[in-house]
Amino acid sequence: MSGERIFAENSGRSFDERSRAAPLLQVRGLTRRYGARLGCGDVAFDLWPGEVMGIVGESGSGKSTLLNCLAGHLAPDAGQVIFATRDRGPVDTVTMSEPERRMLGRTDWAFVHQNPRDGLRMAVSAGGNVGERLMAVGARNYGAIRASALDWLGRVEIAADRIDDRPLAFSGGMQQRLQIARNLVTGPRLVFMDEPTGGLDVSVQARLLDLLRGLVRRMGLSAIIVTHDLAVVRLLADRLMVMKGGQVVESGLTDQVLDDPQHAYTQLLVSSVLQV
Amino acid sequence: MIEIRDLHKSFTLWNQGGAVIPVMAGAHLTVAPGECVALVGASGAGKSTLMRMIYGNYLAQSGSIRVGGLDVARAEPRQILALRREVLGYVSQFLRVVPRVPTVDVVAEPLLALGADPADARARAQALLARLAIPERLWALSPTTFSGGEQQRVNIARGFVHPYPALLLDEPTASLDAANRDTVLRLIEEAKARGAAIVGIFHDEAARDRVADRVVDVTGFTPQRGAR
Repeated sequence: MSGERIFAENSGRSFDERSRAAPLLQVRGLTRRYGARLGCGDVAFDLWPGEVMGIVGESGSGKSTLLNCLAGHLAPDAGQVIFATRDRGPVDTVTMSEPERRMLGRTDWAFVHQNPRDGLRMAVSAGGNVGERLMAVGARNYGAIRASALDWLGRVEIAADRIDDRPLAFSGGMQQRLQIARNLVTGPRLVFMDEPTGGLDVSVQARLLDLLRGLVRRMGLSAIIVTHDLAVVRLLADRLMVMKGGQVVESGLTDQVLDDPQHAYTQLLVSSVLQV
Repeated sequence: MIEIRDLHKSFTLWNQGGAVIPVMAGAHLTVAPGECVALVGASGAGKSTLMRMIYGNYLAQSGSIRVGGLDVARAEPRQILALRREVLGYVSQFLRVVPRVPTVDVVAEPLLALGADPADARARAQALLARLAIPERLWALSPTTFSGGEQQRVNIARGFVHPYPALLLDEPTASLDAANRDTVLRLIEEAKARGAAIVGIFHDEAARDRVADRVVDVTGFTPQRGAR
């Protein structure tokens, strides 16, 4: 199965089909404790196809714990993460078998780490990094894999003549774009992102934001983005959840939460930044 | 098309001793298809607040805001997102875009979000930019570096690129020269002719007189200030 074909199927879904569809992800009562301390408590939301949701909060607010519980990297103590699978409909990924969950992580789900080193294989060429994920879902034709890798390097604006270079030789921004290509080549439907623009120069951030927005729209992707940067969610996220002490204190339309925050903590958060 | 009933709103500032500032009480407004209603009232009377509430940008405390059948005061975020994509356009005074995105793509984006063919969307965006006298050499550049008047026109192009059945216009002719001002007023007249319901704020009185069918003074909706 080639990444290109999956991509074509994704982008072929009409707007109407997407807006009428059922939720892609239904989260219910998701809770994770670290001993006596709460990581995230009783989190519930629905994510619909094509929606981008931002999760904001300060360090230690539980946003990364929540993201890792959602993505299956961390086992929650309670709750459900129900994903609308292609073949079996809604399935609780928390109680899914480990091989099934790993398969999901290679196909319909993608995870973009803050540090590209966590999401890339630094000793493997750029082309190999992209091709590897295709091979993990059964692609075997070398020519097709390389063509797909080249196509994706182009989409994330990495020059074709860098295909055989290792990511070690890339700038931080390029590494992050390569990580995105590696993640999206298999045509996932849901992308988890942990501070995807963190640690990048402001100009590089803008380029990455533009790229992500274009990809999300063209592929009809849904995404959950954890960040502490309110300007990033303003431009990228349709909806926003604000976390504090492991709890979601406020959620809603991104611009509404930022412009008319209801909770004391959100008001403090919004008034603390220079301009968003 | 737009029907507001008994709308109330106050801001509670939790970090300033929980001060409660009532900004709207008992607001009513009805706008029919093809009609343009101009909001008037002194600065701070609540014109922009009312527009933002119609757009779902500010939350309503009570009352209803029906736009094309959806009660924005009670709708789910994804319903408001769909409303903004398909039904309700908004030309604000400020251009907020991802830096480095070319102007033509900024303008075409509302159509792309509706699933339009990219070539068609760009062609429509270019036609509007040309009509609004944005020089062609600027189309491939990000509007973040443009002058105030140019940014204003990019914002207008973005708001008129899709034939929204309802439109909110916040000072659409501010900072425009006579020729561009006339183009914008024509765009508004054309939108009315195709049946768009429009709510606008126009400090430009001549512009208001030309396009508005009715004037609504929002001072009556703001009890504290109105009573003064």
